[in-house]
Amino acid sequence: MDKMSFSHHISQQYNEELWGILDNVMRMGGLVEQQLGDALVALVEGDNERGELVVTSDYKVNAFEVRLDEECTHVLARRQPAASDLRLIIAVVKTITDLERIGDEAERIARMALHLLEADRRRSPMEEVAALGELVKKMLHGALDAFARMDTEQAVKVAQEDIKADSQYEAIVRNLIQHMEDNPKSVSPIMDILWSVRSLERIGDRSRNICEYVIYFVLGKDVRHTSFEQMAAEATGDRR
Amino acid sequence: MAYDGSSARGRIDLRPLGSYKREQTVEDARARQSWTAGVEQGAGQAAKGSAVTCIEVRDLSFFYGRYQALQAINLELQARRVTAFIGPSGCGKSTLLRTFNRIYELYPGQYATGEILIDGSNILDKRQDLNLLRARVGMVFQKPTPFPMSIYDNIAFGVKLYQRLSRYDMDERVEWALRKAALWDEVKDKLKQSGTLLSGGQQQRLCLARAVAVKPEILLLDEPASALDPISTLKIEELIEELKGEYTIIIVTHNMQQAARVSDYTAFMYLGKLVEFADTDTIFTRPREKETEDYITGRYG
Repeated sequence: MDKMSFSHHISQQYNEELWGILDNVMRMGGLVEQQLGDALVALVEGDNERGELVVTSDYKVNAFEVRLDEECTHVLARRQPAASDLRLIIAVVKTITDLERIGDEAERIARMALHLLEADRRRSPMEEVAALGELVKKMLHGALDAFARMDTEQAVKVAQEDIKADSQYEAIVRNLIQHMEDNPKSVSPIMDILWSVRSLERIGDRSRNICEYVIYFVLGKDVRHTSFEQMAAEATGDRR
Repeated sequence: MAYDGSSARGRIDLRPLGSYKREQTVEDARARQSWTAGVEQGAGQAAKGSAVTCIEVRDLSFFYGRYQALQAINLELQARRVTAFIGPSGCGKSTLLRTFNRIYELYPGQYATGEILIDGSNILDKRQDLNLLRARVGMVFQKPTPFPMSIYDNIAFGVKLYQRLSRYDMDERVEWALRKAALWDEVKDKLKQSGTLLSGGQQQRLCLARAVAVKPEILLLDEPASALDPISTLKIEELIEELKGEYTIIIVTHNMQQAARVSDYTAFMYLGKLVEFADTDTIFTRPREKETEDYITGRYG
């Protein structure tokens, strides 16, 4: 699918509506990326100012979701989109739901970070948490990049990273459980970190979801709820 | 989480939307058991039952004098399904439709080459009885064409060409046809009134009743709703849905949403060629050919 083909409708107005929607998805994606980045700084470095900023900015992400839903509804009602246009609208509606949830996860991480004391951080496997954070941040960026360029190869690559994210998550959870067993008094802060790590893992899953919508949009194939191998085979095979 | 969803998928009830309509009322539980079978076949085709070919088009070309309007069309149309022909003006969709009952022979210089098999026999054969063919293959045109006679006679006229019925049987047949076309309740008290006094939508349903009255196997609809208001259009579309249980229906339409609403299969034609033919869901969600995509999404190719 050639992205430029959005300018080829006979109706110029329709072209502009679709471009407007894509543009807003990208702006929403940029905002969510920033929220996640700030939440990670708050979590790992204890930067409370950034943490506060994430919490107070979440409404912007929500506003984007509401507005994009409205724009998509408008196109469905007025244009009766078909084929790739229809798939685009469906992909956008689903993508923004996942983006909004990623925004919520970032907010949750920021709130947890505000609870943590410097002593808690020193006692926790923060390096591993930071590494997982960097990985899912990269995944989110990659998913948005795949969306922007309608790039199924990139989408598959990001989905592959999710396997890595899952195993890093499991390792951290094992580590945290050990910590709790060894230091029963620190269960409460460790739980906060556990929730944050859980949020990061979910962000990885949601980034993979976005990649699945990219494949649906470009190839018309539904690769949700399949193994990575099936997904990769579908995405690299012929058009159907 | 990378988990293998494929095994779970087989157990979930996944069937195309339309197929839920009827089974859900009666014997819900038992129907549900058989649903999984449909999943294996994949969406679009699933649960439509086994397909029977009604019309088989082989290497069909068509000429208006020297101008070739159809280029070696090959196509198989399923019995008791609705097939829509779509494409820009001059693409040959109406021409193709008009070959199925050889109505083009009313005009000199027009001829077809190739074969059209209906239930296995080639209707382009010179020995084909045209009256018989047109009794088997009914047609409704874009503009309502009631005969300048009473509503009753509009229906009875065609029947008389093929069958000798008693007065009583003819009354029955007229009522049956008008009921099929969902017109009976509106006209039962004025059957002696001229058909031309009806509204446009009613006239078109009268024409459908007239086509149905001779009990054809196939109904050809050439833009049947393009001259009607939205409500009358929906009534015609509802009728098509009703009639497809008994007839093989082929509809030519410029209205793509209409094709998407009423048809099971869609053929996209361009410049006298059949570009793509598939079940309607596929055509409108992920067409294979770029020309199809450009046309149905309103792009210039």
